[in-house]
Amino acid sequence: MAEEQNVVMERPEPHEIIAPGYTFSSITDQIASVVQTKRTPPFWFLGFGLGLALLGVFAISTTLLFILGPGIWGLRTPVMWGFAITNFVWWIGIGHAGTLISAILLLLNQKWRNSINRFAEAMTLFAVACAGMFPILHLGRPWLAFWLFPYPDTMGIEPNFRSPLVWDVFAVSTYATISAVFWFVGLIPDLATLRDRAGNKIARVIYGLLAMGWRGSAKHWSVYETASLLLAGLATPLVLSVHTVVSFDFTVAIVPGWHSTFFPPYFVAGAIYSGFAMVLVLAIPLRSVYGLEGLITDKHLDNCGKVMLATGLIVAYAYILEAFTGWYSGNIFEAAAIHHRMTGPYMSSYWSLVACNIIAPQLLWFKRIRNTPALLFLSSMVVLCGMWLERFVIIVSSLAQDFVTSSWGIFHATRWDWGVFLGTIGLFLTLFFLFIRGLPMISIFEVRTLLPHAKVDKEVAE
Amino acid sequence: MSEPSASGHATAESAPAYGLIAEFQTPNALVKAARAAREKGYRKLDAYTPFPIEELTDALHLHHNRLPLLVLLGGLTGGALGYLLQYFVTVIYYPINVGGRPLHSWPEYFVITFECTILFAGLTTVLGLLGLCGLPMPYHPVFNAKRFALASRDRFFLCIESEDPLFERQKTAQFLESLDAKEVSEVAH
Repeated sequence: MAEEQNVVMERPEPHEIIAPGYTFSSITDQIASVVQTKRTPPFWFLGFGLGLALLGVFAISTTLLFILGPGIWGLRTPVMWGFAITNFVWWIGIGHAGTLISAILLLLNQKWRNSINRFAEAMTLFAVACAGMFPILHLGRPWLAFWLFPYPDTMGIEPNFRSPLVWDVFAVSTYATISAVFWFVGLIPDLATLRDRAGNKIARVIYGLLAMGWRGSAKHWSVYETASLLLAGLATPLVLSVHTVVSFDFTVAIVPGWHSTFFPPYFVAGAIYSGFAMVLVLAIPLRSVYGLEGLITDKHLDNCGKVMLATGLIVAYAYILEAFTGWYSGNIFEAAAIHHRMTGPYMSSYWSLVACNIIAPQLLWFKRIRNTPALLFLSSMVVLCGMWLERFVIIVSSLAQDFVTSSWGIFHATRWDWGVFLGTIGLFLTLFFLFIRGLPMISIFEVRTLLPHAKVDKEVAE
Repeated sequence: MSEPSASGHATAESAPAYGLIAEFQTPNALVKAARAAREKGYRKLDAYTPFPIEELTDALHLHHNRLPLLVLLGGLTGGALGYLLQYFVTVIYYPINVGGRPLHSWPEYFVITFECTILFAGLTTVLGLLGLCGLPMPYHPVFNAKRFALASRDRFFLCIESEDPLFERQKTAQFLESLDAKEVSEVAH
């Protein structure tokens, strides 16, 4: 079993999605040896350690929250949604890029997705796990979260199916389930590879159980391909619907600054924007630490940068339209909501988000920026911050100053607001680093299909 | 790597083998061989590859499967259940009169109906995939084949099963060897 990486690889040309010189076996060895090795790079311990440390912060913050209740957060009337819902919307948006890459780009036959879909889907899964925490933690009595689901209870009451908050329960739980099964189905052939490659018995049994006896039969592959396309076809409307339903949480309310019909596309574009930023934040360090530049090439980063730019422009359009609608509606409350955002107590957040989400990403027009991983990493971080601020401003500034001046109130985050937020970043990092240590972070079998000798000649196929 | 043991070979003499397997080094050779085997009249055959090869699906005539139909049925069931759940709760079990608005407020049911459709269709896809492939299947005779561990790495296999009416150990082995195979060997049960 080749533990060492002996991949002879030339540097890929800027337009290539896989470096020349790869063979079926060198692809297999390079990706699998990240998992099947006795040597774990210090980077992994660093990342995992940081994750665990922040997870500790999460444990402390949530324990305190469970004991004392959401009053330890800065939630005070009228701002009762604060950080929790901001983080929920932010995390779930991040997840959207994974589904976009795995499902929508599959349907569009974009081959470059093959080397980034696996870890992007894992990112989706873990981001949704982090997102799902917040509405539950926010309940006040989180141990009664099952009341959200319709079941014949002894109290004789049922959830209100006319409420977007209940739609959210269905949308998010469906999204989590479908993302998980899509990810797992994609893993089966690679689990079989790890099983066949495993040196020690325990690993072989574990990967063998997970691979469920996959043997690469042509009969299975034909069903498998159908299943992948079907799942992609199902996940595509699903991913668009999830953030649409999340945006319904706001638009269906009559709060000025929320009650608007363009929220669904605006939210979905913002979700993909922040999601691609997260993909880049993960891909750039991973590919350099694990020497995967031949598989995740500059072309991939360039493409992700372009998607970010495009969705960033949609988001910019939405901000402009938001301001325009506030003015053009002739509704004094709508106009006031926009005015408060731009000049009120949250103006620093508002203008920072404009700087992060609209102005900074204009640099992505330059090919040189998109082809410099360090700068791309930096601009992705900026976008992640900007998108978090966007969610924060939409939620908090609208609630803080609504119709009646006497009911206004300003939100001040406490250290426990930050504790839970940083804690979910810890949860995300912990899960993600466990994933890259235990499972192939790039889809081995899909990358094999990118090789020129994976193609069958025309005359043979006739 | 699961090499058949010496005793395995000895019993294979008496017990009927699972089939004969040929190992190829390129997808081209495999697709050619699969096509030739079909033309020769073999029907009980399967190929094993490290990634999906569309031309192979053509060569082995595997294009039709019932998965899309199952998924359609699953999705319809999910949608119907989602809608009925909401209808039952809001109209029959737990009606709430809000200013005389109709209890059967179907536009409000749309989101959950949609989500249930996707959920059931997606789960049907996965269960259907496993069901149609007969997975999980911890043991399969083909795992006894020589160097079969490479089928998940960089080799391409074609197996003609002994159940095939045209299967004759000598003749079939000769036929497979004529196909540019790297090696032809017997697969024990």
